[in-house]
Amino acid sequence: MSLKEKIASSRFVITAEVGPPKGVDIEEMKKNTEVLKGRVDAVNLTDQQSSVMRLGSLAGCHLLRQWGVEPVLQVTCRDRNRLALQSDLLSAYVMGVENVLCLTGDHVSLGDHPDAKPVFDLDSVSLLQAVKGLEQGRDLGGKELKGSPRFFVGATVAPGADPLEPQILKMEKKVKAGAQFFQTQAMYEPKQFEEFMKSVKHLNAAVLVGIVVLRSAAMARFMNKNVAGIHVPDNLIEEMDKAEKKAAKGIEIAARLIREMRDMCQGVHIMAIGMEDRVPAILDAAGM
Amino acid sequence: MLVSELKPFEEILGYLDGENKVFIVGCKGCAEVCQTGGEAQVLEMKQKLEGKGKAVTGYTVVDFLCDRALVKLRLKAREADVAAADSLLVMTCGVGVQATAAVVDKITHPACNTMNLGGVRGEWRGSERCRECGDCLLDVTGGICPLTACSKFLINGPCGGAKSGKCEVEPDVRDCGWHLIYQRLKKLNRLDKMTEIVPPKAFSKMEPPKHLRSTIMWALEQREKEVAAR
Repeated sequence: MSLKEKIASSRFVITAEVGPPKGVDIEEMKKNTEVLKGRVDAVNLTDQQSSVMRLGSLAGCHLLRQWGVEPVLQVTCRDRNRLALQSDLLSAYVMGVENVLCLTGDHVSLGDHPDAKPVFDLDSVSLLQAVKGLEQGRDLGGKELKGSPRFFVGATVAPGADPLEPQILKMEKKVKAGAQFFQTQAMYEPKQFEEFMKSVKHLNAAVLVGIVVLRSAAMARFMNKNVAGIHVPDNLIEEMDKAEKKAAKGIEIAARLIREMRDMCQGVHIMAIGMEDRVPAILDAAGM
Repeated sequence: MLVSELKPFEEILGYLDGENKVFIVGCKGCAEVCQTGGEAQVLEMKQKLEGKGKAVTGYTVVDFLCDRALVKLRLKAREADVAAADSLLVMTCGVGVQATAAVVDKITHPACNTMNLGGVRGEWRGSERCRECGDCLLDVTGGICPLTACSKFLINGPCGGAKSGKCEVEPDVRDCGWHLIYQRLKKLNRLDKMTEIVPPKAFSKMEPPKHLRSTIMWALEQREKEVAAR
């Protein structure tokens, strides 16, 4: 069953993400994928995450398929214009990639090539429109395609953003433009997530709540200070601070959050960021 | 107004490597307002260059360096000093440097970087407010331009990168453009404008149309070339 079919069948789905290497040594990526295989329904391949130049997400998705895992191709608007984006989507389809996550992308100034020319020819909404157009057999130039692809199309939203309203307005646009599922920014406050889910009830899209596994109290504080749309509440930071075994505590918190939020949404998206080996333990602890 | 800033002095010195004599050209227009090419900055530059052993054969500060005819006239009056120099150092925007290059057969070094068109064709100085995109979106954004106010030029709402109303690029000084747009539309009770999908921008419109280039001045220049070629 594909990710699309699983979501349609109302099963609670699990996705996780893997980052490709900065270089051509794919051993670690393979190891991280092996850990997730059989435990998650699909694996996101990040697209030069944090604007750091790495192996491409398209090649990464191809490898994931070879290793027997269903990939989700992340596509950002930062590095490619509308020609390259549409071309990559066609390429993904012929390589058997069905799931696409459309993102704006971080600004190049945050990454390791700050002098690069940021593209942003399209934004996440028009990228979604482009996907829809390709599916209908036309490109953004209005030209007819010789054979059209079919995708399961996703987008992102930050339920912890302040103010939340502009995020929801944009989410509505994304649904209108063709988004069928959403993977959210990391959530640490089930109450807040519940409120968010109430306010987007009218949108006909599956929501997979984002979980970023905590490594330490310092990491939580860093995210609070630097990462938009993420807020780790004080009681969790304190819990991490007091814990003797940080790894076990991070696993326990992630599992607890999944248990608390699983009935509110259609699935969970785990971002382990280099701690993929902990994902099975999290899922065990969450009873999944 | 063309907003410019002085290049680092070391960079300017690098341009003059292997040259000993320089003529400085300043501008009383935008460059004077930006304090990059007014008389005071020209004199300061002269002193600094002389301090590094360069000979300044002379200087002039033109009312508007973007007025090519005026530049030609002023430099003509200083013909001997200009002729004695190895090169010219032009302290103004890119238009002024090009106007100078167009009337003098010598190397013209830029002393400034041209940053943007802050308040161009008007007197509202400060931030860059128009990118001359040829396809204005100000109606749907409450009168705040997303091409200049948003570091990613997004036209359909905010990215996820803003924090506390600040842009992920230079959050200490830069507001999130879409936060400003949202606040304004909310205040005007017109948030409905944020629900309309804006189609991808036609960047071809950023290229000025041919008829705008075919001005009388352009036609005269063509004629001038034709006559010279005979």
